[in-house]
Amino acid sequence: MTQLPETTDRKLGLVIDLDTCVGCHACVISCKEWNTGGYGAPLADTDAYGDDPSGTFLNRVHTFEVKPADKPAMITHFPKSCLHCEDAPCVTVCPTGASFKRSEDGIVLVHEDWCIGCGLCAWACPYGAREKDPVEQVMKKCTLCVDRIYNENIPEEDRVPSCVRSCPAGARHFGDLGDETSDVSKLVAERGGFDLMPEQGTKPVNKYLPPREKQQSIPDEAIDLVALAEPKAGGFLGWLDGALERL
Amino acid sequence: MHPAYSVIFFTVSSGAGLGLIAFMGLGALRIDTMSTGFLLMAFGIGFALSVGGLLSSTFHLGRPERAWRAFSQWRSSWLSREGVLAVVSLVVAAIFAGLWLFLDLSSAILGILTAVLAMLTVWATGMIYAQIKAVDLWYRWLTPVCYLLFSIAGGVILFLFIHAAMTGKAGWELSSVAMVALLVAWAVKMFWWIGGDRAPRSTPESATGLGHLGKVRLLEKPHTGSNYLLDEMGFHIGRKHARKLRLISVLLGAVMPILLILLAIPAPLDVLWLGLALLAHLTGMLVERWLFFAEARHAVMAYY
Repeated sequence: MTQLPETTDRKLGLVIDLDTCVGCHACVISCKEWNTGGYGAPLADTDAYGDDPSGTFLNRVHTFEVKPADKPAMITHFPKSCLHCEDAPCVTVCPTGASFKRSEDGIVLVHEDWCIGCGLCAWACPYGAREKDPVEQVMKKCTLCVDRIYNENIPEEDRVPSCVRSCPAGARHFGDLGDETSDVSKLVAERGGFDLMPEQGTKPVNKYLPPREKQQSIPDEAIDLVALAEPKAGGFLGWLDGALERL
Repeated sequence: MHPAYSVIFFTVSSGAGLGLIAFMGLGALRIDTMSTGFLLMAFGIGFALSVGGLLSSTFHLGRPERAWRAFSQWRSSWLSREGVLAVVSLVVAAIFAGLWLFLDLSSAILGILTAVLAMLTVWATGMIYAQIKAVDLWYRWLTPVCYLLFSIAGGVILFLFIHAAMTGKAGWELSSVAMVALLVAWAVKMFWWIGGDRAPRSTPESATGLGHLGKVRLLEKPHTGSNYLLDEMGFHIGRKHARKLRLISVLLGAVMPILLILLAIPAPLDVLWLGLALLAHLTGMLVERWLFFAEARHAVMAYY
């Protein structure tokens, strides 16, 4: 049914910490693996060893450069997957009812047996969360690992989305963002978590934590590394040079 | 946005076909001197364009065998509504046409219903695009208005052509209606183009939420290879090409047809001129529809 539920009992989602993410893409790969080995058909991986590899990924990590006016540029790695929006535009446009939002936990899913692959949901999503699988010809998106989080056949610590479980930097968090007392909600409140593209009116559930304030300010003048590499008479390098000469 | 040829053909073809059918629906009100041959040709072309167009729209689907499911979500989905309306209007139109052709009964009520349903179908087609907030160019109420006006213009030119072919002359009255329809449709379209040239709603800063720190730009794409989003939404044509193509579409879609229609009014070769006018108009429409997709910028490109 592609009418959005009025409210959902819980608002399950992710919190991505842009301060901690190191851009390793472990979440990308673990998501790809889980959604290839688990339910349904494997995610497409075309021309994998050839000249023009391409494929379907449910989670991708971009890297952005942020240049303030008066400071050096800053690199931020930016994982992006479905934000399981409250007002998901991808749900209402679907003509077959394949795109739906669960009322018990708010997870937005694709019923892959009903999907006709028209691609309208991908057009409706401003975040690019939905991709058409070139092999299966149906739309694929982040499932919030709905097949893990309730799965009693796996150990309890694994009952979180695969991307959250695999992040070595601890930059991904999972929980009920509709519950003020949950760990993720407290994290969002503490760090000032924000919505992506709020002007699109989608009310995304996933929140992003901004990079923290830098503690040291670095001067913007170009640092002459060549001069630093040449040992000087004084200072530490001079001492080291001398010490090494003596060895 | 990547212009899918099947969608371009489908919207132009079914738009013109439904426009013709709508005109025939209204025609039951006054022109009861239409011969059987005329009715056959008009309804035949109208149905061929509408049904042909709608069938071709299934070619862009990943799983066309499940297309029947697309009729189920009319409560929320404009695409579903379009499918339902298309079937309903064509069924009503078929009954209307059948009664007129075989029983010589031109029912004004059925005719008006046919016209209204056909226009609602075209409106729904326009709304499929106009509902997409992520595409600034499309997210305006003028979008379905343009679709409607083009459908009417196409329908009138088709009717004019068939009328000239079957009765041997293109009257002043009908020709004027066609020219006015063309002028209005393209004037609104040009207004739509001007209104579309504005600052994007979403920027890399709003997309990443890092705007408070400085100017944001993409350093690394998520993968070195291509992906569905870039193929589908990353279609770029130079601004220069867009301007030229807009001009070409107006010349083919409006200027040439109007000139040819004017030529056809007194001339003995009116069917030839009107045939060329129709061809020019439809070609101009294909260019316009291609541009409709190619010029559209999707918000997701803020991440690239």
